[in-house]
Amino acid sequence: MEARTPHLRRLEAESIHIFREVAAQSTRPVLLYSIGKDSSVLLHLARKAFHPAPLPFPLLHIDTTWKFREMIAFRDALPERLGLELLVHTNEEGLRQGVNPFTHGSETHTDVMKTQALRQALDKYGFDAAIGGARRDEEKSRAKERIFSFRTVAHRWDPRNQRPELWRVYNGRIALGESIRAFPLSNWTERDIWDYIAAEGIPVVPLYFAKPRPVVRRSGTLIMVDDDRMPLNPGEAPEMLSVRFRTLGCYPLTGAVESRAATLEEIIAEMADARVSERQGRLIDQDQAASMERKKQEGYF
Amino acid sequence: MAVPDQPTDLLRFITCGSVDDGKSTLIGRLLYESELVLDDHLSALEKDSRRFGTTGAGALDLALLVDGLSAEREQGITIDVAYRYFATATRKFIVADTPGHEQYTRNMATGASTAEAAVLLVDARKSLLVQTRRHSFIASLLGIRHVAVAVNKMDAVGWERSIFDRIAAEYAAFATRLGFEEIICIPVSALTGDNVVRPSDNLAWYEGPTLMRWLETVEPSRGRADRPFRMPVQWVCRPSQDFRGFAGTVVAGSVRPGDPVAVLPSGVTTSVARIVTMDGDLREAQAEDAVTLVLSDEVDLARGDVIAAAGARPEVSDQFAAHLVWLGEAPLLPGRPYLIRFGPTAAVAQVMTLKHSISVNTMEPIAAQQLAMNDIGVCTLSLDRPVPFEPYATNRDLGGFILIDRQSNATVACGMIDFALRRAANIHRQALKVDKAARAAANRQKPCVLWFTGLSGAGKSTLADLVEQDLHRRGYRTMILDGDNVRHGLNRDLGFTDADRVENIRRVAEVAKLMVEAGLIVLVSFISPFRSERQMARELLEEGEFVEIYVDAPLEVCEARDPKGLYRKARAGQLPNFTGIDSAYEPPLAAELVVPAAEAPPEELADRILRYLEERGVA
Ligand SMILES: Nc1nc2c(ncn2[C@@H]2O[C@H](COP(=O)(O)OP(=O)(O)O)[C@@H](O)[C@H]2O)c(=O)[nH]1
Repeated sequence: MEARTPHLRRLEAESIHIFREVAAQSTRPVLLYSIGKDSSVLLHLARKAFHPAPLPFPLLHIDTTWKFREMIAFRDALPERLGLELLVHTNEEGLRQGVNPFTHGSETHTDVMKTQALRQALDKYGFDAAIGGARRDEEKSRAKERIFSFRTVAHRWDPRNQRPELWRVYNGRIALGESIRAFPLSNWTERDIWDYIAAEGIPVVPLYFAKPRPVVRRSGTLIMVDDDRMPLNPGEAPEMLSVRFRTLGCYPLTGAVESRAATLEEIIAEMADARVSERQGRLIDQDQAASMERKKQEGYF
Repeated sequence: MAVPDQPTDLLRFITCGSVDDGKSTLIGRLLYESELVLDDHLSALEKDSRRFGTTGAGALDLALLVDGLSAEREQGITIDVAYRYFATATRKFIVADTPGHEQYTRNMATGASTAEAAVLLVDARKSLLVQTRRHSFIASLLGIRHVAVAVNKMDAVGWERSIFDRIAAEYAAFATRLGFEEIICIPVSALTGDNVVRPSDNLAWYEGPTLMRWLETVEPSRGRADRPFRMPVQWVCRPSQDFRGFAGTVVAGSVRPGDPVAVLPSGVTTSVARIVTMDGDLREAQAEDAVTLVLSDEVDLARGDVIAAAGARPEVSDQFAAHLVWLGEAPLLPGRPYLIRFGPTAAVAQVMTLKHSISVNTMEPIAAQQLAMNDIGVCTLSLDRPVPFEPYATNRDLGGFILIDRQSNATVACGMIDFALRRAANIHRQALKVDKAARAAANRQKPCVLWFTGLSGAGKSTLADLVEQDLHRRGYRTMILDGDNVRHGLNRDLGFTDADRVENIRRVAEVAKLMVEAGLIVLVSFISPFRSERQMARELLEEGEFVEIYVDAPLEVCEARDPKGLYRKARAGQLPNFTGIDSAYEPPLAAELVVPAAEAPPEELADRILRYLEERGVA
């Protein structure tokens, strides 16, 4: 039986089309792999786009060193499971300065360990097209993002100076040093992602499924104590709660939700009832109004 | 636990209206009432409503849900196309939300290019505005055939039926020329929500569907399935010696293994052996499927070629009549080569003639010399090679194209092919027995073009003259084309606007090419200020036949020399569009030779050029 509904098949075909355009139009593309569910879908679609050939580009993970341990284990098993090339980059300078989300705050941490690290890696390997899993429904300023998004030599995004994008004709032409960020999942919603994961049986990090985990409550958010680098406040003790994650990032910055949804079906059912957006658990978006837009201009994904 | 039903179908539509017709409020309402606004967004909205809202104390301003960028929120305008998503039990919707202010043409064309239906907003208090007509025209031009006119702010006119009826009648009369298949007028209030999602008691006299109901049921004629098969090739998949597949998206019709197909533009025929996907081979692929085809024979095929049903092939041509929507900041220059892209198919294109532009207000043709941003025009295009195509009305993928500026890489226009020009098919190049090589051999030389470019007064003509004297003395067959001289004859109809400068160079480049074919060494001495046109000249010739010589002298030096008194006149305002003064000079980025004309006497510079020609084996 066909598990993909007609609308998932259209989304899938559109994404495959985009992947093939990026590969054909750029000289050194890379897939930015962030280990989350969107990346899992992105990777699955990339393999479909070039089958039976191997991926014509490597994967790149920007490691802030603060990811959940289960994410890293999942990532490290990937090259062997799927026969891929995976590059990992960390901002060594930031690491030396001991930048972390606790003492430096989420804004500085994100800027140094993610935005700057990404720019370093793109420059280091000379990638001229970076494929990411961002979706337009995630956040307001993403709603105007192009599928082929042009970046200057300094990796900046100028929302007022984007190339018009018509039909499925993508203009990936750039001068030396400029680059393209491409977003094959632009038209997918969170619901589409889960439906597709279920329909195609795509493996995802187990943290998406509910299980008793040690958490502390901080300003209304549940933070999982993933390792002993996490300083506990006086009187604060981790409690075991059945929780899961709707989005995955750096563990100190990613809120868990209380849930008993332990299967894909249960997750999808829970989401249909959900009254908060997935990014709510993300502390980085709440730093200030329009923070995503500013980060994007500076070269963040 | 039961998994809630997934919407099965997808509809892409565009919304348009003038500023303040209530478009943002309406989209906010659609999202809000399809319960897609989540609690955290809602609390952000309450906060924003207090800060930026226009609906008064305490009320939610739903428009703020969709006004994305902070610049927009502050200025209260929508700048660009934004895409929104919502779903009901039956359909998933992708909304292209386009702004109503000045740059609407460009943004609307973008949003409309992927839309299957349009929702046009009309303010019931103002009735049909010029904007409504413009938006309808652009929607029709981009091929939208299903339109809902949402007559908004019915609350502000006392839910008055006669007002609605008058607007509906007016629109019906206006739209007869636009070729829409379906037009429906729906009275709504975005502010109160009446008739947007919920049927309204205030509008009990209205018997048609609510806006949401219409969106859920409109059936855009996708009719692509029963058309002949077409698939542009995006990517050649060649993982090993034993596998060669052609990856692409089927844009019309369907295909099965065994079907005879033709490869275009070459016209070679073969058949489909396999339809490969990661989920296994398919027995059939249909329009919109992304697949990889394996063909039965080894055929020569590259990205941009089209695989099509052998019995019903698309036409192949290199000259078209088309509608253009100009999107670029700099105007269209007829004669300038732009990159043209139909999906993965690319070529170099020039606008041969701009027939006229079209008024978006009246849809009447207007005489035009150029197209500026947001202008719409009808033109003929000439490509550097034949490409497979279909008229836009038949197939958006094979008939819709973009133009890209070759210097800035910006997307400067979108276009819709109307038809191929017959003359392209009927003029065949005459195959000649005495060819370029034969003539070059008779002259015992390597024909080429020495292209001198630089500011007026830089010394181009002096240098070209010195070089030619030397070549001539040594028995080479040469010819000099000098800017001023050619402007007295061949180009005496041209002035100094950007458009005329482009045409000036195009003609000289063509003449230089003919002279190279005649076996001559041609010295061209023209300011030729734009990179694009010098590149065009280079591409007319074969590799190694074009030698660009940049005669590089600072403006101050040229101006001090001023051999013809032109700079003085230009500074006095008597010579408009003078290069270096009020018209740009774009220096070459990779000239074969740069001669610093202010640093050495002309004889020494001419020597350098001659030495270079010797090294290159020219003379
Ligand atoms: N009375 C009334 N006012 C409306 C209605 N829809 C929108 N408005 C108001 O019209 C103004 C412009 O609305 P907005 O949605 O921002 O318009 P846009 O520029 O088309 O996006 C705002 O003050 C809205 O509150 C309506 O149905 N009735």
